[in-house]
Amino acid sequence: MRAVLRWTAVALLGLWLSLAGLAGPALAVNPDEMLANPQLEARARDISKELRCLVCQNESIDDSNADLAKDLRILVRKRLVAGDTDRQVIDFIVSRYGEFVLLKPRLEMRTLLLWAFPFAVLAIGAGFLAFSRRRTAETQRPLTLEEERRLAEILEKRP
Amino acid sequence: MNVELGHFALILALALSIVQSVLPVYGARTGNARLMSVAGPNAITTFALIALSFIALASAFLLSDFSVRIVWENSHSLTPTLYKFTSVWGNHEGSMLLWVLILSFFGALVALFGRNLPPALKANALGVQGWISTAFLLFILLTSNPFARLDPAPFEGRDLNPVLQDIGLAIHPPLLYLGYVGFSICFSFAVAALIDGRIDAAWARWVRPWALTAWIFLTGGIAMGSYWSYYELGWGGWWFWDPVENASFMPWLVGTALLHSAVVMEKRSALKIWTILLAILTFSLSLLGTFLVRSGVLTSVHAFATDPTRGIFILAILTLFIGGSFALFAWRAPTLAVGGLFQPISREGALVLNNLFLTTAAATVLVGTLYPLLLEALTGAKISVGPPFFDMTFAPIMVPLLAAVPFGPLLAWKRGDLAGAAQRLMTAFALALAVTAIMLMWTDASAVLAALGIGLASWLILGALTDLALKAGFGRVGWAVMVQRVTGLPRSMFGTALAHLGLGVTVLGISVVGGFQTENILDMRPGQVVQAGGGYSLRFEGMSGLQGPNYTARVATFDLLDRTGAKLDTISSAKRLYATRQMVTTEAGIRTLWPSQMYVSVGDETGDGAVVARIWWKPFVTLIWTGGLVMMAGGALSLMDRRLRVGAPSRSRRSPKAATVAEPAE
Repeated sequence: MRAVLRWTAVALLGLWLSLAGLAGPALAVNPDEMLANPQLEARARDISKELRCLVCQNESIDDSNADLAKDLRILVRKRLVAGDTDRQVIDFIVSRYGEFVLLKPRLEMRTLLLWAFPFAVLAIGAGFLAFSRRRTAETQRPLTLEEERRLAEILEKRP
Repeated sequence: MNVELGHFALILALALSIVQSVLPVYGARTGNARLMSVAGPNAITTFALIALSFIALASAFLLSDFSVRIVWENSHSLTPTLYKFTSVWGNHEGSMLLWVLILSFFGALVALFGRNLPPALKANALGVQGWISTAFLLFILLTSNPFARLDPAPFEGRDLNPVLQDIGLAIHPPLLYLGYVGFSICFSFAVAALIDGRIDAAWARWVRPWALTAWIFLTGGIAMGSYWSYYELGWGGWWFWDPVENASFMPWLVGTALLHSAVVMEKRSALKIWTILLAILTFSLSLLGTFLVRSGVLTSVHAFATDPTRGIFILAILTLFIGGSFALFAWRAPTLAVGGLFQPISREGALVLNNLFLTTAAATVLVGTLYPLLLEALTGAKISVGPPFFDMTFAPIMVPLLAAVPFGPLLAWKRGDLAGAAQRLMTAFALALAVTAIMLMWTDASAVLAALGIGLASWLILGALTDLALKAGFGRVGWAVMVQRVTGLPRSMFGTALAHLGLGVTVLGISVVGGFQTENILDMRPGQVVQAGGGYSLRFEGMSGLQGPNYTARVATFDLLDRTGAKLDTISSAKRLYATRQMVTTEAGIRTLWPSQMYVSVGDETGDGAVVARIWWKPFVTLIWTGGLVMMAGGALSLMDRRLRVGAPSRSRRSPKAATVAEPAE
């Protein structure tokens, strides 16, 4: 009886797996999708890592097990086999699915702030530090080198 | 009955938190010692009540009381006992209860160990803790009551999300929360100092151990979370730049900055205003993290809450605390006295540089995490910001910082000698350069970045060792004196060196696995052997069925073979079906061959006993997390430094010799 139950469960598992590849975080790239040409395949993998699986949560199509991701992986490979450059492949996917598909957004007006922000923060921070240094240097004069040296002498003489 | 007791205790804790929010702060303003002294016992009692409430909820889970809604939603009578217990915080309501439990725990610690704190500072700080716990207890009781009942009670529960049925859930969230919430103490002290309008080196001496404690836990929480997702999610990545990971990483970056600037403040009473700002910022980012995860505004693997009323409530808390504290900061910070001066090239200068880069790195992560949300809210345009963005922006900011790390501890306070420090680091630099050169010669063009990363890692590790060797007087004094010196060094110096060394170890792991991991994706038939990398090969033995307590599984067994073809071990990877939730998980098969790992993950069966297998050889991968542990050990050593033990004056009195250990000349 238990064995029957178990095998029913296993059969259900198989059925379920074939029906819905969505939830199970399982295999992404499958052997049957892969290209025979290793260079093309490597390019396909690199491109796949930059494309978002549209129905998933923060996964690239390279990592995802969703059906849509599989379709996109196959599409990327088809375009590569047809002789597209990496850029053309990505442009083609974007023209079909929109900018949302790119995990690394392109530099445009609306993403300017995104790309510039880190470096702007660094520059502004450095500028602010330099500015505030100059200001404190004006208001509070530290000991001169000569004074410091004398101070050190006095301190050293102390037993 | 227990459940109602727990609910009641939680309401009582809210009442006490309101008392704690008002009386001590009012007492501190009016100089009323009796009102101020309410804070201590009140904080301890609040903790006891919330602990009682937590125990009540835990017992409902352990007894599988499905009349409690969240027990029904997240547990099952067949769930193993450990997971019954961990499901207490494997859901929204329970995890918020854990959050306030830890908050009140820290409050109680301040009350217990803060006996020699200035009374006004203690009263104000505990008062601010009271504000935070009032806000979050209100949030729990009004929008996320963990004790809600079901009538009629269901016979069986819906089981815990299978991805969470792992020992990782037992460790990761508590550690992470101890870190997140631990920074609330620094926040409370900062706000208390602003209210008081007074801040001095003693303040920094008070705050540093708390910042360090929180930082140690957060480091552990992040490292643990990273390893958990690495083995549990089954695709072998160790960091995904997932918004939820970022939410924990931002407080870590700013908290690390806080840790360093608090040192400057303690030793040289400089950077006071900046330290206060960092303390506020760190906890603000912790709150932001809580908001991002709990509101469901980001949908990601971790988000198990999607109720908008909760989101708005947390957003209100967030606005109130962040806005309020920044307003207070803007108002009061100019009244704080500016501290000691220093030259740009000095220990202080190096720590300012550290702060600048760490906060910039945090800002980068912040903008990458929030930009898609803001852009969509403002223009409706949907964009994605994923790992490639972070790799391109975060790395260039971290590399100069990492390269500068070995210089920091070698520079003197006030005015340092960069040329002198460079000279003393010559050996380390030459060795690191040699390592880089060898790596570049040995590898092909595709691994240039990895070679440079390995060079950087060796520079960090050797730099940390150089620091210790110099402080011990290596090469200048005899062995006997050196041993004496090493044992006489304050523990915080070992802490610094060890933490920086750990950083190097992590960078080494990241670089090696990034550049040299190998991957095989193939259909395997029983008996088939594949070269898996690192000189090892794997032989597929076959599939078998397995009945777990609350799942059924198909297990693929592989034999791990060494160069000669001799069998070393078996590795099994499985697909599990959790019947209650109808969810399939992949259990990766991992064999550690220290410091590397063989990682096997199975996919679909393709007929004739064959299976799709994904096999990774991950060289040096364990170093990524080992480095985290080393950093934690460094933090712990630093924490044990006698000079930091302000809370235990009796102990330093017992060993007067220890208290007078002079700081060696640098």
